[in-house]
Amino acid sequence: MRLLKLVPDDTNIGFLKWRNIAMAFSILTIIASIGLVAAKGLNFGVDFIGGQMIQATFTETETAPIPELRDRIGALGYGDATIQRFGDDNEVSIRMRLPADAESRPEAANEMTAKIVSTLKADHPDVRIDGVESVSGKVSSELFETGAYSLLFAMIAISIYIWIRFEWQFGIGALFALFHDVALTFGLFALTQMEFNLNTVAALLTIIGYSLNDTIVVFDRVRENLKKYRKMDIIALLDLSVNETLARTVMTSLTMLIALGGLIIWGPDVIFGFSVAMFFGVFVGTYSSVYMAAPILIWLKVGTDTFVPAESGNDKAERMDGPEQIG
Amino acid sequence: MLDFPRWKVISISLLLAFGVMMSLPSLLGANGQKYWPSFLPNETINLGLDLQGGSHILLEADPADVATTRLETMEESVRAEMRRASPRIGIGDISRKNGVLSFMVRDSTQVDAAREAILPLTSGAGLTGQRDWDIEVRDDTRFVLTPTAAGLENAVENAMETATDVIRRRIDEMGTREPTIIRQGDNRIVVQVPGLDDPEALKALLGQTAKLEFKLVDFEADPNAVAAGRAPVGSQIFPYPDNPTGLPNIAVKRLGGISGDKLTDAGQGFDQQTNAAVVNITFDSEGGSKFARLTQNNVGRPFAIILDGQVLSAPNINEPILGGSAQISGNFTAESANQLAIALRSGALPVELKIVEERTVGPDLGKDSIDKGMIAAIIATVAVLTFMVVTYGRFGMYANVALALNLFIIVGVMAMFNATLTLPGIAGFVLTVGSAVDANVLINERIREERRRGRRVIQAIEVGYKEASRAILDANVTNVIAGVLLFMFGSGPVKGFAVVLMIGIVSSVFTAVVVTRMLVVLWVRRARPQELVI
Repeated sequence: MRLLKLVPDDTNIGFLKWRNIAMAFSILTIIASIGLVAAKGLNFGVDFIGGQMIQATFTETETAPIPELRDRIGALGYGDATIQRFGDDNEVSIRMRLPADAESRPEAANEMTAKIVSTLKADHPDVRIDGVESVSGKVSSELFETGAYSLLFAMIAISIYIWIRFEWQFGIGALFALFHDVALTFGLFALTQMEFNLNTVAALLTIIGYSLNDTIVVFDRVRENLKKYRKMDIIALLDLSVNETLARTVMTSLTMLIALGGLIIWGPDVIFGFSVAMFFGVFVGTYSSVYMAAPILIWLKVGTDTFVPAESGNDKAERMDGPEQIG
Repeated sequence: MLDFPRWKVISISLLLAFGVMMSLPSLLGANGQKYWPSFLPNETINLGLDLQGGSHILLEADPADVATTRLETMEESVRAEMRRASPRIGIGDISRKNGVLSFMVRDSTQVDAAREAILPLTSGAGLTGQRDWDIEVRDDTRFVLTPTAAGLENAVENAMETATDVIRRRIDEMGTREPTIIRQGDNRIVVQVPGLDDPEALKALLGQTAKLEFKLVDFEADPNAVAAGRAPVGSQIFPYPDNPTGLPNIAVKRLGGISGDKLTDAGQGFDQQTNAAVVNITFDSEGGSKFARLTQNNVGRPFAIILDGQVLSAPNINEPILGGSAQISGNFTAESANQLAIALRSGALPVELKIVEERTVGPDLGKDSIDKGMIAAIIATVAVLTFMVVTYGRFGMYANVALALNLFIIVGVMAMFNATLTLPGIAGFVLTVGSAVDANVLINERIREERRRGRRVIQAIEVGYKEASRAILDANVTNVIAGVLLFMFGSGPVKGFAVVLMIGIVSSVFTAVVVTRMLVVLWVRRARPQELVI
């Protein structure tokens, strides 16, 4: 039986040769992402800015009459509605600000829903209301705060763990890789104007976990090789580590992309944004392990002394599992 | 490597069998569960509201409201105590400004008696001996009662406890199945009701405080002043939307009314003459005798029926009502009368609750999500399984067995804890499929590598498992960290995702490392392979 081999044996690609160009590219993309977020802003869902979202399906219409809906709902006097296609062509989400007096008069939000729903039903008897979400300004700002904190804490907590398990240079490398991944995902959401909601934060946290997965596999091999090859140049050693783990990186990224591709194509509409974010995150996470985390190790002067102090002599370096003794 | 003791094989197999067994009731569905033997555990996974449809409502009370109500009650109690004291203590200039209650004792010789009388009102209910109110006497005769922070905290706590009970009774009365009602934080209540036909009715019911009062109408008040919202001395103004005189307000006497919290029953009915929808109420004995006294002393005069600060109607008292039951008329439909009856039966909320967050999912969308989620999960799983076999052959098969067992175990563990599966949770499942094989990829790639370096079969397998385990452990700990934060900060459905992710991480390490290692060892022992196809 011949098995599939996506990556040939014993590759020797000089990944780190490109580190300066790659770093410049990474910094540019990070700046571009931040710029996009600043310029276009994120399309926040009701979770984070408060307001109301109604999801509706026009069961007997091919395409939802979005411009008409915008006019009809705008005429109700509650301000402009943000109406977007949601999944299929006949499904829409209608987002509104909560009425001005909603904070003092809780039934105001309810009245607005009722009015919009009855307007929809009057014009289109086939409309089916699939869901209503209504979040007050107070709750949404709390959700925003906890979302931001959870991202921050996750990045810091994971970096500290890496620091404890490896060395401080690795912790910093991981932190920068994570920052890169999160920044680019934000950029993606600003660029595409996909709705940014609680699910997106969940996706970001999962990306953080996944990207780290990848970084750790590389780091683990770096640590192993640092102990094994005491005289190798750090750049060559990093290249070796990346190459040795390349087959695994490709395999795992592919299985993740297969699973996520399934979710994007066939999965429920509600988590479409989540799936796209994750799909994107697999790419940037893999990239950042090689081109963010590894170069930082060079600049922070990680060397053969990082795990085994120099004084301990060479005999310790030639350990049992060194490849020289086999074969 | 080859020593894999029998007890280990047996205990691992038992653990796996247990996991699979726990998962079966959830996987069988409602129809299959009929054939499930009853002596076996039959816990199943709950479906989240986003999958089965339903409403999630977050209610919030304003602690300032509790403070205001408490101040009002305190004023009533002080007045009552002063009247009851003998000799009666005259007080005046009562004010509730700035969150404190202050009043003057008219006769300075009675100051000590007054202090004595209000002392019991101000001590805390708890065992700690803390006071609920601080008493201060200024300028010899002015009493100032300031609520203590502990007392206020206690009052909010009690109000929220009662409110939670009231909400539970109201929802039970609606006849919905399996509602979840839990306190959240200091002043919030989460209500989750699955599969609801009419979320609007639920919201209306939750939003109603249902504080019922009966007060005498001050018919001597100047109508113009009342219309402008100015009350004569001793009276207060209430809005009266259905006033037959056309005025927007009505003036009622501050004193001499009774409150409607002393009810034993309330039900919707119809007025015998007009056939309009009404609410019939029955007082308990204390409330009944008070009501009897009120009506006896005021035959021929109107009294106002006030609900949550609005007058419903102001009927004339034609004759004394002695039987302890009364009829509330107002501009009702049969439905709204029934709703009020439910609210009155389950008692008034001690504090006004506002809906600060609502998420309702229709049953069709939920079903659609499940269907699409299942299809995506199945396609993703089949694709990954195929990919693994094509790449790693026999070792890929072992990884696939581990993956399948892993999925069963996740379902089983979730069922065991009655965890809730949400839509992002399904995404978590699919992700687990993608990432769980990572451990096996790491191991298998390492074995390939060690073989290339010339290690013998058994040694390569052993080194492969040993060296890969370290990276697997580190990688999964970071994922657990992310999962814990997701669980801590996420809300509702996202929490469900975190649960699936974390269970998936732990069980995937078990199946991908321990179980595949067992399978490999059993095979190696039997077949003694000289060459590895990997």
